[in-house]
Amino acid sequence: GMKVRKEKTQLTVSLRRFVKKLENISDDEAQDILEEKSYVDALGICAQDAMGNSSSVSGGEVYSFQTPKRSSKMSELASELAQTPVQSVTSDRSECPEKTAKTPQSSSKKYMFLLLIHIFSVLLQSKKKEFVSTTPYRLRKRLAAPDSYLESESEYSASCSEEEDEEDQREVSTGLSGQKTPAKTKAASTPPPRNTLAKENKEDKMSNLVEEYFEAHSSSKVLTSDRTLQKLRKRRLNQQTLHDLLKKAPLAYAAEIKELNQHHESLFSKWMLQLHLGFNIVLYGLGSKRDLLEKFRTSLLQDSVHLVVNGYFPSITVRSILNSITEEVLDHIGTFRSPLDQLEFIIKRFKEDPSLELYVLIHNLDSQMLRGERSQQILAQLSSLSSVYLIASVDHINAPLMWDHAKLSLYNWLWYETTTFSPYVEETSYENSLLVQQSGSLALSSLKHVLCSLTLNARGIFRLLARYQLENKDNPSYPGLSFHDFYQQCREAFLVNNDLTLRAQLTEFRDHKLIRTKRGADGAEYLIIPVDDSTLTDFLEKEDEDV
Amino acid sequence: QIQEDLNKQLFDNLLSFLRRSHSEFQEKTKEWTCQMKSREIPTAALVLGVNVTDHDLTFRSLSEVLQNNITPYIALLEAKDCPGVKNLIQKLMGQLMNCDIDVDSLEDEDYVRVSQNRIRCSMTSLINWYESVTKKTDSETPSKKRTSSSRHCQSPPIVVIFKDMESFATKVLQDFIVISSQHIRELPLVLIFGIATSPMIIHSLLPHSVSSLLCIELFQSLSCKEHLSTIIDKLLLTAQFPFKLGDKVLQVLINIFLYHDFSVRNFIKGYQLCMVEHFYSQPLSVLCCQLVDATKRVDSLSHEQCENIRRLPSFRRYVESQESEKQIALLTEDSFLKETTLKLLEDLHVYHENYVSVLRCLHVFTSSLPKYPLGKQIRELHCVCLEDRVWETEEYESSLQLARMLNKSDLVTMLQQCVEIFVSSSGKGFDKTIEKLNEFLTQFQKLEAEAFQEQDVSVSSQKELQKKTDLYQLQKSLLDLKESRRSKKLTKFETLRCEIIDYIDSLVRNYLVPVDHKTLHEIVYFNTASVLREHLNAAPRTALHTALNNPYCYLKNKALKSDGGSISNKAPDICIVYKLHLECGRLINLVDWLEAFSTVVMAAEGQNADAASSDQVDDVIQARFIRAVSELELLGFIKPSKQKTDHVARLTWGGC
Repeated sequence: GMKVRKEKTQLTVSLRRFVKKLENISDDEAQDILEEKSYVDALGICAQDAMGNSSSVSGGEVYSFQTPKRSSKMSELASELAQTPVQSVTSDRSECPEKTAKTPQSSSKKYMFLLLIHIFSVLLQSKKKEFVSTTPYRLRKRLAAPDSYLESESEYSASCSEEEDEEDQREVSTGLSGQKTPAKTKAASTPPPRNTLAKENKEDKMSNLVEEYFEAHSSSKVLTSDRTLQKLRKRRLNQQTLHDLLKKAPLAYAAEIKELNQHHESLFSKWMLQLHLGFNIVLYGLGSKRDLLEKFRTSLLQDSVHLVVNGYFPSITVRSILNSITEEVLDHIGTFRSPLDQLEFIIKRFKEDPSLELYVLIHNLDSQMLRGERSQQILAQLSSLSSVYLIASVDHINAPLMWDHAKLSLYNWLWYETTTFSPYVEETSYENSLLVQQSGSLALSSLKHVLCSLTLNARGIFRLLARYQLENKDNPSYPGLSFHDFYQQCREAFLVNNDLTLRAQLTEFRDHKLIRTKRGADGAEYLIIPVDDSTLTDFLEKEDEDV
Repeated sequence: QIQEDLNKQLFDNLLSFLRRSHSEFQEKTKEWTCQMKSREIPTAALVLGVNVTDHDLTFRSLSEVLQNNITPYIALLEAKDCPGVKNLIQKLMGQLMNCDIDVDSLEDEDYVRVSQNRIRCSMTSLINWYESVTKKTDSETPSKKRTSSSRHCQSPPIVVIFKDMESFATKVLQDFIVISSQHIRELPLVLIFGIATSPMIIHSLLPHSVSSLLCIELFQSLSCKEHLSTIIDKLLLTAQFPFKLGDKVLQVLINIFLYHDFSVRNFIKGYQLCMVEHFYSQPLSVLCCQLVDATKRVDSLSHEQCENIRRLPSFRRYVESQESEKQIALLTEDSFLKETTLKLLEDLHVYHENYVSVLRCLHVFTSSLPKYPLGKQIRELHCVCLEDRVWETEEYESSLQLARMLNKSDLVTMLQQCVEIFVSSSGKGFDKTIEKLNEFLTQFQKLEAEAFQEQDVSVSSQKELQKKTDLYQLQKSLLDLKESRRSKKLTKFETLRCEIIDYIDSLVRNYLVPVDHKTLHEIVYFNTASVLREHLNAAPRTALHTALNNPYCYLKNKALKSDGGSISNKAPDICIVYKLHLECGRLINLVDWLEAFSTVVMAAEGQNADAASSDQVDDVIQARFIRAVSELELLGFIKPSKQKTDHVARLTWGGC
């Protein structure tokens, strides 16, 4: 962050200089540049204005390049965060009084270093068996060779294999001694003057920031530790327990959040006015805005016709929105050939009858289902009607990219920042792909439920397919089991007697989304269970127990 | 209610303006339809500029005018409705037949609707329809025919407007053009392309074989900048509307226009928003009305509103400048206050009237100076004047200096223009000014007469100079001339010029006082630019960034206060998880992440750090972690990855 910002200022300085040179060239150009300058100034002013008391954030901070990160950085930061205010410094000092005297300027660094040692030792205790594979490599290295701590920063940016080897060797040689007497090595090491080194680093990094970007993105290999959640031996949480657990955890800063909400609620009447004047309102900012909108609805829209759209709901479509407008608001019975026809009908009706008014509240206008170009176009056209009042919320960082100029002008947005900091309870509860730990358990339970209701033979068929898939799980180009082979196997296992019964069975599976069929390159039909391998293994284990 | 008035006026302005700018097009189209050639489709390419959002209005007015003057058969097509040729022709026929109903209004709707659905949409059916329609008008209503033929040509052309040519699929366009060129004899088609970029696009979209079927004529609409200046001219630089924009607000609006969208429509939207904000947030905005209404409204002010007036900073300044007796009266007696308020409002109105004329006058002078120290456009000058005392700025100094070097003919034309401005202005105090300016003009004429005589003299001296062929003599005489010129006092013209410039300067100092120095300016000026920027040009990502990095901005809790860039470990879960994920590369190991998170959280809660990294991470903490991670996914920072088990991929790059 810091480095990039520095470069930014330099850039602007040089830009100014450049501008000054150019000013003499031609009137028109000079004019333009002047305008640009004034615009930059105006932006600065306005950014300060807009933020009010909060600190202004420059674009450079938000969209800066990333410097290559080391894998242990996270734990490092974690320990830093964990430590800073809580633990008293004195206890640490008492451990090594002579060291602090020797190297006073790097007390904070050392402090962190000691912490790392601490964590490391704990890690060692917990994972003795899997020492080599589990402990983050960098952490080990840092511990082993503390004197290279600062130099390492420059080493990492240029990732070259020789260096790696060298480091490995060093690690091996110093590893044992380092573990035994970490304090000693630290004491012996006298870190080189930090300032100069840091400066060099900075200059280095500035010069090839762009190269680094491509470097980091070109290599497909990403260094992360190989640990998996399974090795943690944690039981996976399902939706219900998660919900219960979260209920137990108290909401942090409830008072402050309430204050924020009250501030937003004071804007309700203003929103109403602006909605009626032809603007539509979009809310953004961190935190769930669902409750806020609900409150808006209950307090102001009780007596008027309104439609609430839960955009985060995974099966919401524009069509269903339009349907609910035509069927429930306009009392129209009948179907339409396409959403466009339906939209035309709605527009016509609203134009014919000026007394018709409709408030549309959309939670998460930027959700997966609604973010498509066509659905946004339809919603925009709907919202451009003068008697349709739209108030929506967006959360995704790239949400504004959904709209081009034409749509923006149709939407006629007024932006309101409503940062609430309240948890996205409803919004995240539907995204089962995202609850990483849960996805498995959900699918597993559904698998079980469906299979329970099937005949013994059907279960056998499914098990066959599952087993075959697991056998091939190491083959990345596994296309699935072809129907013909599957039929043969089922016949041999006396599960079916002709391919029609098998087909009927497969149709049932497909209806429950247990299997998926694909056409292979040769035109044959291939069958796949769209569940990840670990879940499938669990399922088979359970099934075997039952049988 | 005032707002609605204003809005209406505003759109009328825009519409009339657009209409004016397009009247020329229609005339030409008319000409062409008559000289239609075989197999070539007459085509108009309308270059409209990048402000796509404004095009709607343009097209609407264009089709309106066309409908009134040339042909009833107009179809407006948009790219999004026409993914294929079939849809295009369907749409086209639908529009044409509907507009047919509008014109004739004799057929019952059912019939047409049924037929529309039944007809196999093809060119032949279109031709049949066209023939039947033209015949029908011929046979059925001969009397009507005469009137219609006087309005339209014998066989009115069908005008097809492609609103956004660039976004049409090239295949569709090509096919349509080829097909219709086959039928051009039976079906007089005229195409109009709306183009946002450059006319070259036609040739890049259409191959030669297709574009040769078109007979293209190019029309350039006025640039959006010109639209803007008309709008500003008609809206801001008149005393007609009581509501005014402050300098910062205007700057923001203009900046959004110039640097973001070039959309006049959005500019107007911003203006509307300003009005809404002003009337909503400023309780005294009731007084922001035409002077006629002001008397009544001032009378009906309640005590509370009077107090509000007293609280205005500009009014306080005014009170302080008065004598003590008057001060007391102003601060205690409501009736006296109302009187004064009314007077001040009148003053303000007069100020505006004068301001506009003098501003235009000054603009006449500054707009022709080299390098435009005060800006080319009147809006720039307006901004400068609003901001501060214009005569104290450097640019003003330099422009005066430059103005002192103007030549005579320019000066005269400028003076004449100024006189015109003052004559046409509604301000009353300008009689003297006009007189003075006229006086200057007559002096110029006198000067000219004198100069004519002088010229003879100089010519003769010149002749003398030419006679002398001796080099030395020549040099000497030239030196003499130079000497004399240097030492010579200012000529009459120069003194007059200085006088004029000084006079203009005095006018500026008198009338272009920045508005913040005027009492009660808060009532009519809207000056909170931040509100505008927040609502029109919001930065959702910045808000997220701030909330995640520095939650103290929103949650005013001391525990969250931090110095520098770091956040404390007591921050909300999502902030901590976010901060931790910043340290990772493209992939994030969930286990590491979870462990790091629990370390932080445990420390924050004061638990033993040993437990934090032990195998059993607390269930509650795990749940909190899951929640925070899924929230980050919802926000678009990460997504699940299949590259490695239990990893997620980062979607952002860098510090955000």
